[in-house]
Amino acid sequence: MIPSMSRLRLLFRSTAVRLSALYIVLFALCAAFLVVYVTAMSERLLAQQVREGLNQEITDIRGAYDRGGINLLLRMMERRARQPGANLYVIAGPTGEMLAGNVQSVQPGVLDREGWTGMPFRYEPYTELGPPRPHVATANVFFLDNGLRVMVGRDLGEPGRFRGIVRRALMVALAIMGLGALFIWFGIGRNALKRIDRMSAASTKIVAGDLSQRLPVGVSGDEFDRLSESLNLMLERIEKLNEGLRQVSDNIAHDLKTPLTRLRNKAADALSEDREDVRRAALEGIIAESDLLIRTFNALLMISRVEAGSIAAEMSAIDLSAISADSAELYEPAAEEAGLLLTTEIEPGLVVQGNRELIGQAIFNLLDNAIKYACDAGNEPAIRVLLSRAGDSLRLSVADNGPGIPADKRAEVKKRFVRLDESRSKPGTGLGLSLVEAVMELHGGRLELSATHAEDASPPGLTVTMVFPAQKP
Amino acid sequence: MQMNTPESDVKSETAFTEGQPQSIVPHMKILVIEDDLEAAAYMTKAFREAGIVADHASDGESGLFMGSENTYDVMVIDRMLPRRDGISVISELRKRNINTPVLILSALGQVDDRVTGLRAGGDDYLPKPYAFSELLARVEVLGRRKGAPEQEMVYRVGDLELDRLSHEVRRGGKEVLLQPREFRLLEYLMKNAGQVVTRTMLLENVWDYHFDPQTNVIDVHVSRLRSKIEKEFDKPLLKTIRGAGYMIKDEA
Repeated sequence: MIPSMSRLRLLFRSTAVRLSALYIVLFALCAAFLVVYVTAMSERLLAQQVREGLNQEITDIRGAYDRGGINLLLRMMERRARQPGANLYVIAGPTGEMLAGNVQSVQPGVLDREGWTGMPFRYEPYTELGPPRPHVATANVFFLDNGLRVMVGRDLGEPGRFRGIVRRALMVALAIMGLGALFIWFGIGRNALKRIDRMSAASTKIVAGDLSQRLPVGVSGDEFDRLSESLNLMLERIEKLNEGLRQVSDNIAHDLKTPLTRLRNKAADALSEDREDVRRAALEGIIAESDLLIRTFNALLMISRVEAGSIAAEMSAIDLSAISADSAELYEPAAEEAGLLLTTEIEPGLVVQGNRELIGQAIFNLLDNAIKYACDAGNEPAIRVLLSRAGDSLRLSVADNGPGIPADKRAEVKKRFVRLDESRSKPGTGLGLSLVEAVMELHGGRLELSATHAEDASPPGLTVTMVFPAQKP
Repeated sequence: MQMNTPESDVKSETAFTEGQPQSIVPHMKILVIEDDLEAAAYMTKAFREAGIVADHASDGESGLFMGSENTYDVMVIDRMLPRRDGISVISELRKRNINTPVLILSALGQVDDRVTGLRAGGDDYLPKPYAFSELLARVEVLGRRKGAPEQEMVYRVGDLELDRLSHEVRRGGKEVLLQPREFRLLEYLMKNAGQVVTRTMLLENVWDYHFDPQTNVIDVHVSRLRSKIEKEFDKPLLKTIRGAGYMIKDEA
């Protein structure tokens, strides 16, 4: 009982059923109005026709009476009464008692008043078999000058017959309505709203955590398909972000746990150490380790801020040529100390819409990397900073002669915490290129990695290029 | 604070860990508005050890009250505070015509928040986490700024002279030729003579970038500058303060 109740309630919660019910009610109201209206109109027309016919007959009968007296009147009435489908004829005495006619009895009082009877009245026709069945009729009564009363009427059939016809018409109409509603329910409910059900079922699974679920997309390309498609795109983006987030948290767990563990061990060592100088060294190591951790956190924070795009508000037209030259100038002594020759090839006056701090930090990261990795190659160690316009983009490159990155690993190194140097012998957070890429994305550009020389050269070198969309002149 | 004279950077640096740096600004009094009580206790203790009197307020409202009622040389205000946030404290102070230099501490990202903080009337900005030496150096520079004659045209440290108008640098009367960037570097160091200047401060004031340089780029510039101004002279002026930064000072 209870499950069936709740199922019923569930059924009514469905839009299809509610829509169908609404349609039924509206259609039924319309149909009822139509039927009633048409009935009333045709009844009126019918009544008018009857009246006209009866009036004509009364004129004839009066004429006969005037011409030939009561005899001619009786003959005429008799003749007419015998015809098939004849009207009703009654001749009554001055007190209303029936003298002649083709009906058995008339509702009392009908013959007492001259003129139209108004409302239909009851009468009993002659019947060959069985008890008489009451019929209704409308009639015109007139009094002759000798006191006799003459009634000419028209049979309207059994009472309620007409209403019966109307009721049947209504029933048929309602049945059609019902079928129509069923059809609508199948049409909309089964076909269209069921798809919403499928969509919500899929979303329920997604909410439950299965982000690989996708909403069903049909072939018709209608509104539902378009909705599903755009929701699927959104899901893909969410899944990608989620995947990235999980990967980052895995990496964080790994990359922060390691230095944290080292930090902890060093602190424990320092605590148990008696010799002052060793303890000092351990404490200094702790500070260095903490600094690296802080840097990692800062870089992570920075990347997420850049990726969230909240920095976009601070964009302005900036001189990329000047930034490139400044950065090269800032890094030139450091490069020289590392035994690298830093040269520039900068096209002057190139401007982009951007954030100077972020672009500066991105170039610094590239130069840091170049100095870090370019010096242990066989080639003549050198770094070149290049800036030029190429079509509708500005290309800012930092090129080195170092060992380079194999082509199949180039996408990999842009990811957070990815460091190809497995031994982690060089200091770094593994976030440098991730930040550069985030900065480029914020500026509507991209980051390209390529070999400085031929791919198969030894060493091939690495060129990292920041590609900016050029400012419209 | 530093007695030995360095030949090379690495061997004779004054280690930060040898003891807390001492403030060279006498009788400085500052207000720290910070809701993290542990951080505040560490800070006030470290400031006191450096010879700076530090009062503490733990929320924005009481900080605003203390800042309005007393005279401080510098205020260190955390960005996120209960009852009234740091930015609002600063703008309210400025509205009341209290122009004490303010350093904003923030755990938020560096790039955009810095701009917000400085627009509200802050004078300097330091993202958390920070090294105390960095905070101390910045607070001292801010405290000094109040009385420092900005209009001075010639900076002098010992026998080193820097003419800001003619862009000439002399030591012991002999001209020292510097690159434009080296000149600006020396100018900033000499403007804050006797005070610790961190690498981040140098990157900010000489190159106009506001982040932690992380590598030795600044150090190499400083050592180039050092070789130019000290090469032919016995007396070192530019010192490396380990774990903190640099300081130019004439050890009399």
